[in-house]
Amino acid sequence: MSNSHLTNLSLKQFGDLLQSKKISSVELTQMFLHRIQQYNPSINAYIALDEGKTLAQAKAADARIAAGNAAPLTGIPIAQKDIFCAKGWQTTCGSKMLANFIAPYDAHVITLFDAAGAVNLGKTNMDEFAMGSSNETSYFGGVKNPWSFDRVPGGSSGGSAAAVAARLCAAATGTDTGGSIRQPASLCGFTGLKPTYGVVSRFGMIAFASSLDQAGPMAKSAEDCALMMNVMAGFDERDSTSLNREKEDYSSALHQPLRGLRIGLPKEFFAEGLDADVGKVIENAIAEYKKLGAEIIEISLPNTGLSIPVYYVLAPAEASSNLSRYDGVRYGHRAAEYTDLMDMYCKSRAEGFGAEVKRRILIGTYVLSAGYYDAYYLKAQQIRRLIAQDFVEAFKQCDVIMGPAAPSTAFKAGEKVDDPVAMYLQDIYTISTNLAGLPGMSVPAGFSQSVDGKTLPVGLQIIGNYFDEARMLNVAHQYQQVTDWHTQAPNLNMPEGIT
Amino acid sequence: MALSIEDIKKVAHLARIEISDTDVNATLIKLTGILGLIEQMQAVDTTGIVPMSHSQELSQRLRDDVVTKTNQRDEFQKNAPLLGNHSTQQAIADGLYLVPKVIE
Repeated sequence: MSNSHLTNLSLKQFGDLLQSKKISSVELTQMFLHRIQQYNPSINAYIALDEGKTLAQAKAADARIAAGNAAPLTGIPIAQKDIFCAKGWQTTCGSKMLANFIAPYDAHVITLFDAAGAVNLGKTNMDEFAMGSSNETSYFGGVKNPWSFDRVPGGSSGGSAAAVAARLCAAATGTDTGGSIRQPASLCGFTGLKPTYGVVSRFGMIAFASSLDQAGPMAKSAEDCALMMNVMAGFDERDSTSLNREKEDYSSALHQPLRGLRIGLPKEFFAEGLDADVGKVIENAIAEYKKLGAEIIEISLPNTGLSIPVYYVLAPAEASSNLSRYDGVRYGHRAAEYTDLMDMYCKSRAEGFGAEVKRRILIGTYVLSAGYYDAYYLKAQQIRRLIAQDFVEAFKQCDVIMGPAAPSTAFKAGEKVDDPVAMYLQDIYTISTNLAGLPGMSVPAGFSQSVDGKTLPVGLQIIGNYFDEARMLNVAHQYQQVTDWHTQAPNLNMPEGIT
Repeated sequence: MALSIEDIKKVAHLARIEISDTDVNATLIKLTGILGLIEQMQAVDTTGIVPMSHSQELSQRLRDDVVTKTNQRDEFQKNAPLLGNHSTQQAIADGLYLVPKVIE
């Protein structure tokens, strides 16, 4: 079996090979580490690798398999977004502020993957403190989109996205505050799921905007995402907003037929601002769902346009509070030179944070400052309710909502980096679900040809009602039984001169 | 309402982020753009709408008032920054963190 074939296998197939002892976890892990060595210098998906730790986990997994008590993900190499603390690993959140931070404990998500016997392949690159839609705000440099190295992978989970697309891992974790799993999944052509807020623990996940942050799986298919969710989801008393629900089997509904499924298409998701070619790909996907027996219903989410203004009040406000902990006293960057305590704080933060993070802290501080609270923060929280109410009304008429995950295909590196407002509009179709706390997915739905002749992936977004992840995975899985977009991988043999 | 240079300096001070005079102007332009985006909210009538802070309307869960954490001070202090001002020493002493003198 050739390595290139091996990397395209599903998590279930990896598990079968491992448990039937046709391959060992050490062999599989070394194969991925070799690919990472080969391609990461140009793609920059991983920012921390530790072969010793990774192979020790692989050996332990092999022992567990030999002892006959393997779990579905035992021995499978998974990439972890560098927002998750993993004991003994460099954990930077893409920031100079934490460039030397070695996590002294594990995030709950890491604990769960360890307990499942999964192998941590390394920590993936990301926009600094998850603030960005292109991975260009990372202190550790941008990430190449494996489909076209001059394009961004999306963000903020850009490293995990590129790692999944380039087959530099079996699957990866991401986090999504305003679209950071779904937009990169769309731009890099794989399946990503942001669960209902509160389903995956935020313990040990470095905070950006606590009322919106949610971790989820990034993988090749819906079936793979379901297996990842079976590991990641669950109550954790250490996260005060973790929801105490019964354990669910996210794979259980995958095979249900879709006949009679009511799909809502919000007219606001197909209005001005959507790239015409992306729109066509989405229409074709909807046509496929009709063939599967789904019924299409036009719906309206009238406050969609307000989701970006509301988000850029609430998320920076929460960020300005969360990031006040980085003061150069106990951990993180401390300025090399300072005069007094105030000077130490101000210089350490000025040096440790990048431009976009500073902008958001300043916006957040401004909207929370005396005299502006009601006009900005309170107003935004009121409109947040209107946005959530739109979905409540919509779900009276349909079972799932579909539309594009991002307004365009992957854009060129540098194209939007100096225009924050243009960058923010990348998340127009994803932010409203974070504000409402709903689950959302992006599923590969086809390709679009760019004007410069590049073939770039397009993602179909599926939004479900609260706790409907298993249904959404079913809806995505049935589509993936009749299409092969999710099986397509980029050709990494780039011509000479392109790095 | 238009932001001024003074507003930027004041907010930067509140946020404890040093900002140079050359950066103030560029920051003013970018933040003015973002606030312009945010201003769209003001056209919405929100009279009587209850603010939403969390998607699941839950009350704060409380834990029992018992000790659950062990002391990991030595472990945590491994991440302490360097003292600064060209010292190669970590900013810790006797289990404490060192900062510039604040009381004479």
